[in-house]
Amino acid sequence: MKQLSTKVTSNAHGQDSSYFLGWEEYEKNPYDEIKNPNGIIQMGLAENQLCFDLIETWLAKNPDAAALKKDGQSIFKELALFQDYHGLPEFKKALAEFMEEIRGNRVTFDPSKIVLAAGSTSANETLMFCLAEPGDAFLLPTPYYPGFDRDLKWRTGAEIVPIHCSSSNGFQITESALQQAYQQAQKLDLKVKGVLVTNPSNPLGTMLTRRELNLLVDFITSKNIHLISDEIYSGTVFGFEQFVSVMDVLKDKKLENSEVSKRVHVVYSLSKDLGLPGFRVGAIYSNDEMVVSAATKMSSFGLVSSQTQYLLSALLSDKKFTGTYLNENQKRLKIRQKQLVSGLEAAGVTCLKSNAGLFCWVDMRHLLDTNTFEAELELWKKIVYEVKLNISPGSSCHCTEPGWFRVCFANMSEETLDLAMKRLKEYVESTDSRRVMSKSSHERIKSLRKRTVSNWVFRVSWTDRVPDER
Amino acid sequence: MDLLSRKATCNSHGQDSSYFLGWEEYEKNPYDVVKNPHGIIQMGLAENQLCFDILESWLIQNPDAASFKRDGQSIFRELALFQDYHGLSYFKNALADFMSENRQNRVSFDSNNLVLTAGATSANETLMFCLANPGDAFLLPTPYYPGFDRDLKWRTGVEIVPIQCSSSNGFRITELALEEAYEQAKKLNLNVKGILITNPSNPLGTTTTQTELNILFEFISKNKNIHLVSDEIYSGTAFSSSEFISVMEILKNNHLENTDVFNRVHIVYSLSKDLGLPGFRVGAIYSNDKDVISAATKMSSFGLVSSQTQYLLSSLLSDKKFTKKYLRENQSRLKNRQRMLVTGLEAIGIGCLKSNAGLFCWVDMRHLLSSKTFEAEMELWKKIVYEVKLNISPGSSCHCEEPGWFRVCFANMSEETLKLALKRLKNFVDNGILTRSCQVGQSLKSSRKKTTMTTVSNWVFRLSFHDRDAEER
Repeated sequence: MKQLSTKVTSNAHGQDSSYFLGWEEYEKNPYDEIKNPNGIIQMGLAENQLCFDLIETWLAKNPDAAALKKDGQSIFKELALFQDYHGLPEFKKALAEFMEEIRGNRVTFDPSKIVLAAGSTSANETLMFCLAEPGDAFLLPTPYYPGFDRDLKWRTGAEIVPIHCSSSNGFQITESALQQAYQQAQKLDLKVKGVLVTNPSNPLGTMLTRRELNLLVDFITSKNIHLISDEIYSGTVFGFEQFVSVMDVLKDKKLENSEVSKRVHVVYSLSKDLGLPGFRVGAIYSNDEMVVSAATKMSSFGLVSSQTQYLLSALLSDKKFTGTYLNENQKRLKIRQKQLVSGLEAAGVTCLKSNAGLFCWVDMRHLLDTNTFEAELELWKKIVYEVKLNISPGSSCHCTEPGWFRVCFANMSEETLDLAMKRLKEYVESTDSRRVMSKSSHERIKSLRKRTVSNWVFRVSWTDRVPDER
Repeated sequence: MDLLSRKATCNSHGQDSSYFLGWEEYEKNPYDVVKNPHGIIQMGLAENQLCFDILESWLIQNPDAASFKRDGQSIFRELALFQDYHGLSYFKNALADFMSENRQNRVSFDSNNLVLTAGATSANETLMFCLANPGDAFLLPTPYYPGFDRDLKWRTGVEIVPIQCSSSNGFRITELALEEAYEQAKKLNLNVKGILITNPSNPLGTTTTQTELNILFEFISKNKNIHLVSDEIYSGTAFSSSEFISVMEILKNNHLENTDVFNRVHIVYSLSKDLGLPGFRVGAIYSNDKDVISAATKMSSFGLVSSQTQYLLSSLLSDKKFTKKYLRENQSRLKNRQRMLVTGLEAIGIGCLKSNAGLFCWVDMRHLLSSKTFEAEMELWKKIVYEVKLNISPGSSCHCEEPGWFRVCFANMSEETLKLALKRLKNFVDNGILTRSCQVGQSLKSSRKKTTMTTVSNWVFRLSFHDRDAEER
């Protein structure tokens, strides 16, 4: 099919993956409290649905923002014509302040160093275009968000080399793992341009520790490479500890105006903290003028709708709202996470201790037949088909150990979460009494899957149905 | 500086181009009827500001659309969560219908073949990623929109080879020019993946003729690996719908549905020009090739349209009473405004290419050049910016091969401002100032002048037009 580019044709064989099943099954049979109480409950979507009431109340009290009015006057024309890739100044200012507020106002963000993008999907890809040549590599700690395989690599030609993290230390990044990844890249003849971390982590739900952040800053200093910190979940921190941003670390190490600070870039978005993935609001923050300049021009390919910029500038400029929202968001996430954790415990299932995010990293290793990814896939299929829960298997996140699953808790009601936990408990109790698994019809294909299904195929199965699901 | 990619750094040396002047000067000294009546009038921005009143009155009558409500009920949550790259189905349906209406329903568009993108800028780039590999080439008739140099080439690695069009036949695409471009690409060892046209044309303001379309279709029928991309962003600005022929119509009229050509013709659209909504970032790719649709849909992840905006516009475009009235009024106002510019220029002894669409005229100032060179065009342009105080776009920025042509916009200002612009131009032409050598700025620029045309790359030129204001077409 030489009529289309190789970017297109390499995609073609992703559709028949069995990993596709989870999404397909959910869409064929989606749970609905009234209309389909026995349907599959979606626990694979990292959405934040817990605080819409707060935003809706604000909208009702501030109708001008959505109605394209300022002080009662229509500014429709002004907004309709506004396509400046520098972004709406009042929006960038409000966004910068919101990012500061999330970090306890310990660090400052200069609006002129913000580049708006159509979601962090766009922001991450744009950063790759700015920092890497085709064939260059970025190191990413595993497990990581499956979407990165497409977002960072597809059109950019960049490569990802994993920094293997293990359950032995709570999946934290170690110096040894970093060095190994770097050497692995060199073995593969790939030039390492930087490290990309998600902090707080998806899928772990944990914040990077200060130790890890210091390690990373030291590492990029010694190797003269970049550090991208995707802080899309920064506003979902609910633990006792404060969120420590890479910006905090630069400040504490007195590196704010140093050469290194120019190689540290933050990615942000309103999709998780505010629960607004549909509005496509992302941002790149960089201390490097050239990066800001190039990224700004590239943002032409994914500008944020001026209608949306205006609405959100009004929302985020309301400090009373933002203060209340961040507080309430944290509280509700914390409660909901606890509900999931205790529900899992009742089923004899534990999670990685988490303090952020919209999901838990759940340990189901003890439910595996064998310590293999084939067994993980088998378990996953059972959970989808029999328990009727759609959760994300760790292998889709490039986890090196089988048996871990990401389970979301913020995209459904309390009652639905209760039901999901009940179903899981019943399943675990029933399988305890029948350890020998009968051969499924997929058994035959099973052993071939791991060897032949490429990561690309897996990626496509997760992202084909619902984009930007994290 | 290999810390950054070449894509990021090749950008950096565009800032000191003298072509930058026009924009810089405008921004330093923008015309305002009250606050700055002697400022520079912006005639380089292809915006459609003529029908906002119609849009605004619709908004007043339909407050739910902007307020996240449907039949009085809030659908905020639904929209806030909606990030499906397949797009809001009722928006795509309304958009497909609108596109059909733009073509007087002579053809119909299937919303399943539509991919939404953040503006036509995103659509064009995405199509390049889908159709071409780095190093492949697309043929584009000159003159063309300067933004294509960035949109089609920058991150994709695709090359543009020009199909040279000349004033001798009204800048129409000829079979000879097409073949020559193809040969040139071969000489440069470039694999030609397609042809991209803008129909109606920017900067010419003319609709592509049946003859030209026939030439293009014959070419791609013969050359089976070549795609045809038709950027129809200005389709609703054709003063008369019957004069605009879309490539979709050729496919239909020539019964090409069951041929391979069917899958190699793609359309790009946007609401930035017809509806005057560039800020809302609404673009689309239309293709009959399922693989292109599938890949482009996934790629649209990098530039989705805000669901808030999709919803507002789905309501707007679903209102057939509105769309009918709007299209008709828009055409009529554009036609009148264009006539004002054309007759005003005629009165000064300046002719334009006869146009029937667009938000601009392709103006012939060859007779005002001191010599038939691009240096002279530059000189003239600087005079117009500094002395006449009009910011217009010189033809060289659009890769025109003949010096002396300028694109002048007419739909981004009030009637009064247009009249004033014409008055200023008339004064200068009458006083012969335009034919005298330019003193202003000479000392600073003379040393650069001779080398400018040869050393300033198109890339740099592009940047001068795009650094200030993105998406200006």
